[in-house]
Amino acid sequence: MDLHPIDAEPTAGEREAVDLVLGPPESGWRGGEWRPEVDGHVAFGGRAERERRHLLLPALQALQERAGWITRGGLGYVCRRLAVPPAEAYGVASFYGLLSTEPRPPRVAHVCDDLACRTAGALELAAELERLVGPEGATESGSAWLRSPCLGRCERAPAALFEQSGADSYQWSVAPVTAEQVRAILAGEPWEGPAPSDGAPQTEDLGARAGLRLLRRVGLVDPGSLDDYRANGGYAALRRAVELGPEGVIREVKDSGLLGRGGAAFPTGVKWEAVARQPVRPHYVVCNADESEPGTFKDRVILENDPFSVVEALTIAGFATGAERGFVYLRGEYPLAHRRLVRAIEAAGARGFLGEDVMGEGFRFDIEVRRGAGAYIAGEETALFNSIEGRRPEPRNKPPFPVTHGLFGKPTGINNVETLVNVLEILRIGGPAFAGIGTPESTGTRLFCVSGCVQRPGVYEVECGTRLRDLLGLAGGVRAGHELRAILLGGAAGAFVGPDALDLELSFEMARSAGVTLGSGVVMVFDETVDLGDVVLRIARFFRDESCGQCVPCRVGTVRQEEALHRLAAGREIGSREQELRLLSEIAQVMRDASICGLGQTAASAVQSALQRFQLFDGRSS
Amino acid sequence: MSVPVPLDPPRRLVELEVDGRPVRVPEGSTILEACRSEGIETPTLCFLDTLTPVNVCRVCVVEVEGSRVLAPACSRRVEPGMKVRTDSDRVRTSRRMVLELLASSVDLSLASPDVGRWMRDYGAEPERYGPPAPAAEAGERDARRAGHHEEPVDGLAATVAQPVKVDNELYVRDYSRCILCYKCVEACGVEAQNTFAIAVAGRGFDARISTEFAVPLTESACVYCGNCIGVCPTGALMFKSEHDLRRQGNWDESRQRVVETICPYCGVGCHVELHVQDDEIVKVTSPLDHDITSGHLCIKGRFGYQFTQRRAPVGASPDPGGPPEHAG
Amino acid sequence: MVGLATVFGAGGGTSSYEEVENTDLVILWGSNARETHPIFFHHLLKGVRNGARLYVVDPRRTTSAQWADVWLGLDVGSDIALANAVAREIIHAGLHNTTFIDRATVGFEEYAASVERWTLEQGERVTGVPAEAIRDLAHAYARADRAILCWTLGITEHHNAVDNVLALINLGLLTGHVGRYGSGLSPLRGQNNVQGGGDMGAIPNKLPGFQDVVTDEDARRRFEAAWDCEIPDRYGWHVSAMFDAMERGELRALYVIGENPARSEADGGRATRLLQGLDCLIVQDIFLTQTGELADVVLPAAAAGAESEGTVTNSERRVQRVRRALDPPGNARDDIWILAQLARRLGRDWGEVTPRDAWDELRSLSPMHRGMSYERLEAMGGIQWPCPDEADPGTKFLHARLWEEDPERRGRPAPVSVVEFEPPVEELTPEFPIRLTTGRRLDAYNTGVQTELYASPLRRREALCLSPEDAERLGVSDGEVVRIASRRASLEAPVRIDRTLRPGLAFLSLHQPDEVQTNLLTIDATDPKSGTAEFKATAIRVERLAQVPVGGR
Repeated sequence: MDLHPIDAEPTAGEREAVDLVLGPPESGWRGGEWRPEVDGHVAFGGRAERERRHLLLPALQALQERAGWITRGGLGYVCRRLAVPPAEAYGVASFYGLLSTEPRPPRVAHVCDDLACRTAGALELAAELERLVGPEGATESGSAWLRSPCLGRCERAPAALFEQSGADSYQWSVAPVTAEQVRAILAGEPWEGPAPSDGAPQTEDLGARAGLRLLRRVGLVDPGSLDDYRANGGYAALRRAVELGPEGVIREVKDSGLLGRGGAAFPTGVKWEAVARQPVRPHYVVCNADESEPGTFKDRVILENDPFSVVEALTIAGFATGAERGFVYLRGEYPLAHRRLVRAIEAAGARGFLGEDVMGEGFRFDIEVRRGAGAYIAGEETALFNSIEGRRPEPRNKPPFPVTHGLFGKPTGINNVETLVNVLEILRIGGPAFAGIGTPESTGTRLFCVSGCVQRPGVYEVECGTRLRDLLGLAGGVRAGHELRAILLGGAAGAFVGPDALDLELSFEMARSAGVTLGSGVVMVFDETVDLGDVVLRIARFFRDESCGQCVPCRVGTVRQEEALHRLAAGREIGSREQELRLLSEIAQVMRDASICGLGQTAASAVQSALQRFQLFDGRSS
Repeated sequence: MSVPVPLDPPRRLVELEVDGRPVRVPEGSTILEACRSEGIETPTLCFLDTLTPVNVCRVCVVEVEGSRVLAPACSRRVEPGMKVRTDSDRVRTSRRMVLELLASSVDLSLASPDVGRWMRDYGAEPERYGPPAPAAEAGERDARRAGHHEEPVDGLAATVAQPVKVDNELYVRDYSRCILCYKCVEACGVEAQNTFAIAVAGRGFDARISTEFAVPLTESACVYCGNCIGVCPTGALMFKSEHDLRRQGNWDESRQRVVETICPYCGVGCHVELHVQDDEIVKVTSPLDHDITSGHLCIKGRFGYQFTQRRAPVGASPDPGGPPEHAG
Repeated sequence: MVGLATVFGAGGGTSSYEEVENTDLVILWGSNARETHPIFFHHLLKGVRNGARLYVVDPRRTTSAQWADVWLGLDVGSDIALANAVAREIIHAGLHNTTFIDRATVGFEEYAASVERWTLEQGERVTGVPAEAIRDLAHAYARADRAILCWTLGITEHHNAVDNVLALINLGLLTGHVGRYGSGLSPLRGQNNVQGGGDMGAIPNKLPGFQDVVTDEDARRRFEAAWDCEIPDRYGWHVSAMFDAMERGELRALYVIGENPARSEADGGRATRLLQGLDCLIVQDIFLTQTGELADVVLPAAAAGAESEGTVTNSERRVQRVRRALDPPGNARDDIWILAQLARRLGRDWGEVTPRDAWDELRSLSPMHRGMSYERLEAMGGIQWPCPDEADPGTKFLHARLWEEDPERRGRPAPVSVVEFEPPVEELTPEFPIRLTTGRRLDAYNTGVQTELYASPLRRREALCLSPEDAERLGVSDGEVVRIASRRASLEAPVRIDRTLRPGLAFLSLHQPDEVQTNLLTIDATDPKSGTAEFKATAIRVERLAQVPVGGR
């Protein structure tokens, strides 16, 4: 395409970083060595070039990691390599929170100030950082710290994610973290990290461990060892799948009654069957590992501790749906999970569990990993497809649904990590047996991310239908000496309940009838020390920050919602408090009814539930 | 010696119900088309017949029985037996709120008169979100970081107000009027021109139409075809000629007539509409419904007419640098 | 126009723009449609988005070529070599359409023999394009179910223009890519009414409606009866022949309507000298052009697009209504009015002639226009010829007859022509080592008299575009003024370094003759059949001046 080139050259380092992702340039026209006798007479491109657009985001990430930000020269080089218009590439780069289109120092700390970390002193930590390091975003010291939405380390709050750019770029998270540690790390001083933890307290207790299905290998296997995985039951499910054949696998999954764990609770077997039946080819399978819902960290625990299970489960999904290519879209804030997953995929490929002829069984399957770059919306399935395709992660209107028009416009089966890992268990014990676990409508076990003001935060696996009270019991209950005030179920897109809800059975049907959602399994507990008004304002800020901006109800509605809450909090109502509440409820209605995607549709639900359940902003509470 | 030409194969008819009335439209039609066939007015902002619907403004939403949320009429295809309501309370509330939210944050004063009428019909009250915050400084909105914003202060309502961008002799960009309908991006991109000089950058309320790194148009890929202006529904993008006349208070559509003719340049034969005010061409557009252009032109067709009025009187050499010469 | 008329009998592109959206493969050969026919390129891009593959053949990697799946950057003037190599490869791979060739063409055997020596390797040697790319083009074109081949002045502005066109038409005949929806041969017309001019008989050998002035005696008689005059039964001169006749002293008076030959003719120095030597030069134009400056009489005219009524014909043979939006300035008058006044003073009083009168007369004499009433032209947004009667919707694509089974209906077969490669007239020598080619830029048109009057932000000072390698070899930097010399003239111009050019290839536009009078350099070697000059291939030398660089913008 007739690109207008950016008038700046990449540095040698940027070029090298991009070439590592894209391979060496194909011709002088693409930034390679100029050979007049060849390049002067022929150029290939067109369709072949446009079909590599899906490498845009990885290339931008490579630039970010090399230079610390997306420079003009770097962006220009990527555009030339991939024949992407610079304005579009800039539109993509400027969408993501972890990419910067302005200069950024080589070392950056993203300090979480989201819900769970707020219960663990994140605000005090930030205040101390301002004192120790300087204001947020200041770069004089050659490093910077920035506030971040939830980093998915809620069980060890407060958390921070560090990025070091350059030839030896590296990302790592530290949780719990102190202001002094952040300062030391930013200053390049040696520091002592907290002891490692797998994030799943049940695995530390032999008695509890026996009942685990999804977490059965967590803490037990070496996440870097394929042999260890196989020694602990790994790849038995794929073997079983091959015996059953694709239709057999789908039948087992349908019989199991498994419902998707991503929030929409759609029957997985039905979804797979629909993809498998599409005459259009190719088919794709995608593992949605972009769990960005504040308070969610269960997928991270599996990916960090049992990455092969995700590889195996996605391979089964591909086998069942007739896909030869699978993608894992992993949130960018999980550097450890990324390293372990990539290594697992390499190991599986080296041993014939991926590739041209999987397990010698005559089918082909490969997995590519894509990292998010700081955008909650990219976890919405159609936004996720756009992100992989190298476009802005803006959700698509549905219908059409992914089973017919998904990734690259082709039939696609997309499931989140927890859903996929359930399939291993289904094939291990059989669909009917799986259906016997949990409740008749919510089969199997579920992972809950218990965080906030509890004794032992972490991921807990319980049978569907377990009472909320019992789940909290596993986590040791509310912090000693404090009393339960509120529980946020389902994350920022979920709803608050009060202590009166402790007898709620955690199943899809009971949640529905109680008017709440289990969403991504967030159970965030607040005691009387927490300012719920502040929590609600943080949720409103979160949605305003994370709205993609595509549709009017969400783009403007999230702003007006936050403004109205601030007016209430500051006691500067327009008209009366009732008028403001009515305004908020109308904003909630248009966002719920008319937004394109789930983000807008749920952007008011937690806020509304809090306003309805608790007397907030009336000068009496908090 | 005319020869048979392939026609679209005949399409089956689909029967559905709109506001209780049975409607039959060809398979593949949208709800909007079904509404139009019944004479039911549906407000639209981001929709244009010549572009693929992006369904982002959400002002055309309707209620489809059995659907949890409302559906955009512009892009949802009809299905047999579908029951659609276009005037329920839910629909009216959403349409009112969309108009209200837009009008509270964007200057809609140059949008089509329909917009004002819809605001009245649906009872939109954009003032109830509080007084508008001051306009942003030039370039400030272009530099906003994804996922970070300043806390709302003093009960002021955020808007997209900012200074007009004037960086060349042909276009102005007044993004205080931009409703982010994506039409300009589509017309600059895959739907017509394929130049991709502009795209949506940033996100959320800070999303904006931008060149790469917000460089001026003169440093961008822009080829000044004016197709973005041709599709802009709110006057955010405007020919400089119109912008200047408006500023001088001399823009008067009641004194304008439109003459359709053929572009005098290359051999493609684009249909152009010359907008003439006081015997002077003040704007050039192209009919949306002609299949050569579908409303799109190139720089020469759009702006190359100026020779007709900058022509020197015969006997003198043309002087491109001199003041415009007017006919007569 | 001559090439298509020779093979098919009608000088018009065979296909509609719409078909480019619905074809499987498009070749742009010697056309930078992205800049010269931007709205046609919109249709082409729709085709590309619909899955069509695009091949671009052009010495420069133009903005059009950047969209291509494959760009074949042949050496200037080696088009026939490339076409013949493509043909040989198609034949040797057994990919030629034997059914179509047997049924609808003549001369295949001789043709096949004539291309036999054009192996891929020979093609590569002569054109510079790697053999693999030539093979790729041959196979892709021949295998495509539907394919459209488009060309423009890159094919026709050569001393062997008609042979170039015939070489491309041969490829269409060889593969049967003509006469079907989505398969065709489409020259894109460079000027708004070039097609219309041909339709109306403004070519030396045809009466309106492509009726031959010599061989179609019936037609000539009809025109003579209608016009009450005698029409010479011989062909006239095309422009280049006119200049030759001026040189010989045979042509002494010239009436120029809407042309600027003092700037637009190749070897502009010679053209100006010959125009100055005429006994009488009349120029009718909307501007006082450089040609007008030389004239004895200047007749100020109304601008066609906005100040007068009438019709034009576009590149898909669509006749379209042109309307008056403005009054012409000063004493400028409509062309028809001027011609009628002239006729009256020459002794023929036509009375008040309206554009519609003239059009209706044409309809009565040109069968292919008969069905195009003004009412229908307006209601239908233009009609594509042929349109023989008022019930006819017009014709989307031509020559479907070639696919008829019945030989009667199939009519005259299309000749596959033997065309031999001849290099450009001007060889590159150590003295003139660089090949200068010319063309248009997006925002400008011809000699710039119209387009220089709007403030295009894209316009830059005219400059000689050179490859980075040549610039380095010559030791010149971007913006530096150099001396450009051809065998006819030399002039000074700044340099612009342009990556789309390879070493040995330079480019200039004709748009800003006041800054750089490009046509002083070009050669007026013309094609004997069409009269088009070889604007595309001049041999030049670039010399450094001992001067400080000036800004390029």
